[in-house]
Amino acid sequence: MRGEARTVVWFQAAGCTGCSVSLMNAAYPDIKNLLLDELVPGKSIALKFHSTLMGPTGRPALEVLERVPEEEAGEYVLVVEGAIPTASEGRYGTVGDVPIAERTVALARKALAVLAFGSCASYGGIPAGAPNPAGCVGIGELLRREGIEVPVVNVPGCPPHSRWFVETVVTLLVRGLPGPEDLDDAGRLRSVYSGLIHEHCPRRPDFDVARFAPYFGERGCLYELGCRGPFTDAACPEHAWNDSVNWCIRAGHPCIGCTEPDFPDRFSPFFRKLSLEEEKASYRGAR
Amino acid sequence: MNRVAIDPITRIEGHLRVEIQVEDGVIREARCSGALYRGLEQILVGRHPLDAQKITQRICGVCPLAHSTAASLCLDDALGLTPPRNGQLLRNLIYGANFLHNHILHFYHLALPDYLSSWALPGALSPGTDEDRRFFREESQELAEHYLKALEMRRKAQELVALFGGKMPHDMSIVPGGVTYRPTLGEVAAFRFRLKEIAGFIEGTYIPDILLLAERYHDHFQLGRVGKLLTFGCFPLDEGRLFPAGAIFDGEFVPFDPGEIREGFAHSWYSGDGPQPPWEEEAAPDLDKAGAYSWIKSPRYRGEPCEVGPAARAAVGLQVGSPEFQSLAQDLLREANASPAALSSVMGRHLARGIEALFLARAMERWLSELNLFAPVAVEYKIPEESGGQGLVDAPRGALGHWIRISGKIIARYQVIAPTTWNASPRDGEGKPGPIEQALQGTVVSGDGTLEAGRIVRSFDPCLACAIQ
Repeated sequence: MRGEARTVVWFQAAGCTGCSVSLMNAAYPDIKNLLLDELVPGKSIALKFHSTLMGPTGRPALEVLERVPEEEAGEYVLVVEGAIPTASEGRYGTVGDVPIAERTVALARKALAVLAFGSCASYGGIPAGAPNPAGCVGIGELLRREGIEVPVVNVPGCPPHSRWFVETVVTLLVRGLPGPEDLDDAGRLRSVYSGLIHEHCPRRPDFDVARFAPYFGERGCLYELGCRGPFTDAACPEHAWNDSVNWCIRAGHPCIGCTEPDFPDRFSPFFRKLSLEEEKASYRGAR
Repeated sequence: MNRVAIDPITRIEGHLRVEIQVEDGVIREARCSGALYRGLEQILVGRHPLDAQKITQRICGVCPLAHSTAASLCLDDALGLTPPRNGQLLRNLIYGANFLHNHILHFYHLALPDYLSSWALPGALSPGTDEDRRFFREESQELAEHYLKALEMRRKAQELVALFGGKMPHDMSIVPGGVTYRPTLGEVAAFRFRLKEIAGFIEGTYIPDILLLAERYHDHFQLGRVGKLLTFGCFPLDEGRLFPAGAIFDGEFVPFDPGEIREGFAHSWYSGDGPQPPWEEEAAPDLDKAGAYSWIKSPRYRGEPCEVGPAARAAVGLQVGSPEFQSLAQDLLREANASPAALSSVMGRHLARGIEALFLARAMERWLSELNLFAPVAVEYKIPEESGGQGLVDAPRGALGHWIRISGKIIARYQVIAPTTWNASPRDGEGKPGPIEQALQGTVVSGDGTLEAGRIVRSFDPCLACAIQ
């Protein structure tokens, strides 16, 4: 009934579970469809480990985590949520008394591909903010350090939109592993992260005639209040959030650049207009 | 003596390890260990004060609005701001939606699988055990259908947050001084219809399901009890909080005084022992500290470990809450054949969540009618050179405190004590176990204790990302 099912192991590292909650906010297909139904004709995913949702606990749960790489080597997709703490031999984070970093490496080494879901898993994100107390890094960086060559696809955002997960997973199911030409310089599928927020922003006409909002919630472009839309690749204006009912800029709040590498440090303080020099340095092409 | 380490505890937020020692079928000793440290309080130092509101939300993706609200109250206090009534109402509506989401998710998706037969849920969702299952087959089937329906209801509650808050998780529109968004009339209508649907589910499905569980597992009103309860109250308006603040010490009401909060770390991986007042706390990680077994610290109120969360809110509400709350709570306690003293128990906590979800959904309908879409939603802020503030509010899981010190217009110190810091705290300097440890100790178990420990621990709805940050 579910056709060919691709095993997925969803491993939570140093995160907040917000990415999982975002996935559960998917509308069409919704989380029930993702868990129970064919996603495309003849193909589905089989979620075998997800700490927040799975039934088993303790030892039986841990056994799933240890069995899948043995029994399904090269066949499963590892989804990582959260950054990987690497300081002090990874002792800032453990699961079943083993460092999260060690478990992540063991899971990634035998995976068909790794999907980094969220800005923490992609680039380190919030816990990697200065001074990065636990030495957090994204999964791509961890695998580079370990010399492990498994394809990694980043799906950043704090959290990412559920639709970006669906777009990425369906692309993998239908077209197989992405080639270098399918990914941008931040490791994201070009087809999903296809333009700057500023380019599709409904407040762009305000920017073009320099009609700037004097305060949060007022009419006008939010650039003077610190909006990072001109420097942030994400489909928020097209997709909007939570069954498309709203999104950040529509709600009168400047974009804080949560899908970009080096979030939050590159854009913090969030509510400050960038100077001309900073603006130039912020364009991705300039880095 | 049989020692069992349960790690990971699944169906909670984050990384929790619980170790129990069982002798003659009784848990003699229990230890809760928080297993992940990120250091968000350190990350906040040196940043712009307003960034705290955005960054602290990212402590937790399940209840970001709790941190969003606490940080905003903290900054309102430090910046000397009073949001206009519209701003207060909108904040409460956004935060209330997060509460409803949390309780529905907790009951159906995190806790209920501990009571369903292994065949009732598919694949990895199945609990994989049939130990102590007491539902008839048709009941299990129906509850499993409600599990799926609840996935949809919790999603719609998230859409309520986004309608006024921009997006969810991690709302955008709550800021110091109020909110950034004045919804349209159409959006208020969209909010009202979703809210009605969710309120209908709470009243028609969630509450009856809790009562069914309470009937079959009535002995769980005796399971996992704690003696001392604390709440900061939540949903502030000028006239007071919908759920009032206070403490219950062995049945007696104690008025709340924030000056009585101290946080120690005698058995936590930080140098020193404390206890210290949170507004001047200093604690640096120390991975090699002897006798430490958790990243969670040990907050105490008047020197006592306190259970925080829905049981505390209901118990305090029954003593000093509104007549409407008291009558609803009394009715549902009567239906469940339980006394107010049984609120601090596995089943009491589930029931208390149901009571407050229903009471809150009704209050939200009132707040919605009070909105004036043409009046201001925020006041403007100015960052002072030097200042300090505190934001105390209950999260869905219990008492949450944020404390800030601003110096030279940047954050000099930021301290968070979250609900699970209270509930899952390790032993303190005097050797007193934390509330979950207390709830576990003395429990009679049938097998190795994993089943009972899981039910007790989950009844607190632990959130480890909040507990340690």
